Amino acid sequence: MQRTAIYVRNLRKSFRKRNGFRKVSELWALDDVSFSVAEGETYGLLGPNGSGKSSLIRILSTLLIADSGEVEMLGHSLPAEQEQVRRIIGRVSVDAAFYKKLSARENLLYTALLYGQKARDAEKRAIDILEQLGMENTKFSTPLEEMSRGMQQKISIARALVLNPPLLLLDEPTTGLDPKSRRDVQTFLEKLKEREGTTILLTTHDMAEAERLCARIGFLAHGKLVAEGTPEELKRRANAVDLDDAFIKLTGEELSDEELVGVED
Amino acid sequence: METTIRQTWAFLFRGYHLTRRYIGWVIVFNFYAVVTSATVALIGVAAGNYQLTITLVVGALLWNYMSSLYNEIAMSIAYERWEGTLEYTFMAPVSRLVHLLGVSLYSLINSVITTLIVLVALVFLTNLNLRGANLPGVLVVVAVSSFAFVGLGLIAAVFPVMSAERGAEATHIFQGSLLLVSGVYYPIEVLPGWLQPFSAISPATYTLSACRRLFGVGMSGSTQDHLAGAQLSTVSHELFVLALMGAVLMPFGLWVFLKVEAWAKRAGKLKRTG
Repeated sequence: MQRTAIYVRNLRKSFRKRNGFRKVSELWALDDVSFSVAEGETYGLLGPNGSGKSSLIRILSTLLIADSGEVEMLGHSLPAEQEQVRRIIGRVSVDAAFYKKLSARENLLYTALLYGQKARDAEKRAIDILEQLGMENTKFSTPLEEMSRGMQQKISIARALVLNPPLLLLDEPTTGLDPKSRRDVQTFLEKLKEREGTTILLTTHDMAEAERLCARIGFLAHGKLVAEGTPEELKRRANAVDLDDAFIKLTGEELSDEELVGVED
Repeated sequence: METTIRQTWAFLFRGYHLTRRYIGWVIVFNFYAVVTSATVALIGVAAGNYQLTITLVVGALLWNYMSSLYNEIAMSIAYERWEGTLEYTFMAPVSRLVHLLGVSLYSLINSVITTLIVLVALVFLTNLNLRGANLPGVLVVVAVSSFAFVGLGLIAAVFPVMSAERGAEATHIFQGSLLLVSGVYYPIEVLPGWLQPFSAISPATYTLSACRRLFGVGMSGSTQDHLAGAQLSTVSHELFVLALMGAVLMPFGLWVFLKVEAWAKRAGKLKRTG
């Protein structure tokens, strides 16, 4: 029986927002969200901006503490076992968060050292990953600010993978990428899963990407997980021809033009 | 242990390469440090008073060192927010103690280098003769006081955690307040009566007082050609106070940081834009 890699039960998170001098309102980012991801599975989370995807990823990556609910990452509960969880996760966020003046090599070596890894071993792994992502290693010493968004995002993925984590949290990793870069990343993730059996939680607006990469998908809307299943199950349930249609019917929401892939650039 | 050493090295590695890449700005900041120190020190030269000159040189040198050390640590979180790397640093499996010590160690090295540059420049510009000054004693006092300033830096580092916008402003207000009350360029006694008690809680007050005597300021045997630096034992009171401050401020600073970090994680403040 497959072990559960990510276990989330009755997760709730709200934020207080000040409106004027005395008024404080409460905004629910996550409202009683429950799901689990098996080891080696790729699970997708789809939802419009403000649906709670990023808050969920930040809770799982120990940057945010939930108000209530249970979270376990490969058996380690949060927030009590943050140190242990940090050792087993890699994260890629929608904005490639790097020291832009430093080169790819310097950024990756810094990350490897920060995670207690030997610099030489990490460098060899990073070059291998970048070559698989279609990047020439002559760019390795170029400052990141001189690289395109697509190349920066590939380096962001290399940064997460150079640590060889059993759990990957990918927060819109292909948003803003050109079609070729997007395809390179998606192909790489497919091969990674086959080769390493990495568990992946992927948030995305790209329905085609979700259908290609994810064994199961959850639809998030207004902080609630409104539907969950394989792409086929979701389409059947919504009586929809495609995942786009299924999303609209099951959530009552539409992804805006800016959120749809291909329009971002 | 091997992991901790690598993780500490990571912050030195990062600091070194960022300094290298921003070398233009580093040169500008060092130039500005030299110029601002020289403009103060030359007041003593203009007055034809070598004791005043040394008083001002000591003030300028030590303030450069202490403020640089404090500032690098206090602003480390703000820098990470501006770079967009805050989340990745906090997500790494590195203890906050190692993280902050790594940042402090790099700040220490940076501050020492900047201070040496300013010292050479001031000696050159003021024709200062330091023969007879108890320079080893000065190094001991500065080393002991460093712990207190690291502690203050750790406490101030929480401001940018609490607020992306106001945090950096608060660290500078705090730094400016230390400059005002610590007797950097003037005796504490010239401050208004209600401000003078605050001098007693600034580590800089004790550092400056001790170092000036070790340089020979106010010592009866001091002349322009040969200073009469005090013995280290004569500043034992200041050393004791500084050691006590360091012993309290460093663990307290770490404790405050951990508490604020936990609050920031509940409030959702650990983001690029806060």
